[in-house]
Amino acid sequence: MDWKPEQLIEFQNVSKFYGEVLGINRVSLAIPPGITSLVGPNGSGKTTMMNLMTGLLTPTRGTLTLLGLDHRRPEEFFRKVGYCTQFDSFPRGLTGYQFIRGYLEVHGFGRSGAESLAREAVARVGLTDAMDRRIAGYSKGMRQRIKLGQAIAHRPAVMILDEPLNGLDPMARAEMIDLFKQLAAEGMHVVISSHILHEVDLISDRVIILNQGYVVAEGDIRGVRTEIESHPMQVLVRCDQPAALASRIFEQDHVVEVKMHDDRQGLLVSTRDADRFYLLLNRIVLERGLTIEAVAPADEDVRAVYEYLVGTEGEGT
Amino acid sequence: MSQAVETGQMPLAPEAGMTLWRRQIQAILALELRKNLLGRRALPMYFLAFMPVAVMLIRAVLPVFGADLDFANMGKQSEFYSTLIFQGFILRFVVFFGCVAIFTNLFRGEVVDHSLHYYLLAPVRREVLAAGKYLSGVVSTVVIFTGMTIVSYALLYAPAPGAIGSYFLGGPGLGHLVAYVGITILACLGYGAVFMLLGLIFRNPVIPAAFILGWEMINSFLPSLLKKISVIHYLHSLAPVPVNMGPFALVGEPTSPWIAVPGLLLVCGALLAASALLVRNMEIRYGND
Repeated sequence: MDWKPEQLIEFQNVSKFYGEVLGINRVSLAIPPGITSLVGPNGSGKTTMMNLMTGLLTPTRGTLTLLGLDHRRPEEFFRKVGYCTQFDSFPRGLTGYQFIRGYLEVHGFGRSGAESLAREAVARVGLTDAMDRRIAGYSKGMRQRIKLGQAIAHRPAVMILDEPLNGLDPMARAEMIDLFKQLAAEGMHVVISSHILHEVDLISDRVIILNQGYVVAEGDIRGVRTEIESHPMQVLVRCDQPAALASRIFEQDHVVEVKMHDDRQGLLVSTRDADRFYLLLNRIVLERGLTIEAVAPADEDVRAVYEYLVGTEGEGT
Repeated sequence: MSQAVETGQMPLAPEAGMTLWRRQIQAILALELRKNLLGRRALPMYFLAFMPVAVMLIRAVLPVFGADLDFANMGKQSEFYSTLIFQGFILRFVVFFGCVAIFTNLFRGEVVDHSLHYYLLAPVRREVLAAGKYLSGVVSTVVIFTGMTIVSYALLYAPAPGAIGSYFLGGPGLGHLVAYVGITILACLGYGAVFMLLGLIFRNPVIPAAFILGWEMINSFLPSLLKKISVIHYLHSLAPVPVNMGPFALVGEPTSPWIAVPGLLLVCGALLAASALLVRNMEIRYGND
């Protein structure tokens, strides 16, 4: 799909150095609407990228635009952007509602507009009952949610979330993920950094994998996996005649390994050419009359891609 | 969590321009005044403001214990207040340190608390943010310190209530009070601009603030040209009662109020412009602070 610049978050050869220390280097990419996850070990440059997107940092080199806008025009730029940072800190002495309403007024909304948007935001993050309590008395999960509420209160077009699932219990995580999906379904850009790879898998339309300040891969996870030629694709096939299937597919030069599943009802096939394998499987099924229960890629997920590209160092849960 | 939420029509904020900036400054003021007057930052300010009042209160009760400091001689008492209490204590100590506490923390305090990004992520020009924060500091310090000046000056009359009619209402007393209040406001403006800038430049503004305190303290002993590079010099020029700075002071040509007030305001403007420039180029890197 062709996207216009005013629909994209665009990095053009962006580098950020902190003195001698590299933040990110020569990043060029375009992020379309939907949910995009940034994954990488600690210090890989995820937060730097997010801070650059939101104007909290300025690139050392290169240019960065968000929906065609530049953060040096704050009145337009920050109406489009919401950023839920990883900092667990708040202005002192405020209730959840006062916190959101106060900063909406800084946006320029009048009192009644700020009040209605603030109420809408606290409802959206499920904190209506606690909105008149001081944030200092909130649990970690509630603080995480009120931050998110503050970031979405002005109904931005781009939502940037740095480790938004940290500190949340499983129920709250599930609710939060639903909210992210809902925001993306409304046409919003949602950019998330997370250590929790299986949740990244659940959420993301595409991933950006960072390592030591460089983007090592980006795109939808299947496309990224396909491009990793150094590791054969793994396909799990559940069928009624796994031994017969194994003997037939082992004849192929693109198949490098076949493992029988413990219950002898399935095979884990490693192939250098998944497309040829799927065509072959169709043929074998027709020739031998196999009953196939399931065929699924076994390493076409963020965790596998991450391990292949980055290794297991710094990987989260 | 979010399914039951009805989203209404989006309220509109004004486009960039004076209306937006006015609203934003009001909003910044509302948030900052709460911190400055009711938060942790306010405690040193209230403590400092209480000190001259306490001194004047002790002085007011001295006659009860039989002390006679010629309280009825209002000319002498007025000089005592001007030289020791107002110039020596209120301006050089109370307002000075009160402004250090408030203005250096306007930005630095939020960097330390990791909460400045909430402002920087709002659609507000950094210059407007700097102006709003400065204004909040000025309002806070002016409210506290002019209040303190009025109360401490009023206590000057406590041992000699008869002087209220003859000296305060019928003589120069009321004019003196107006001048003291005006000087206090100018001190808050001047020191405020200096310390907001220091808070933006230095991670630990205590050492430069100590340097400035030393510079202001020796101002009377500096040559006339160097005297002018200070806030206290212009404030001295506006004193309603001439201040005796002791035998070693270098007496120079006093600056006329017509030059001192606009000059001080001009310097404040230049310092604010420098602060706004620093805020404009500010990056959030809490980890380094």
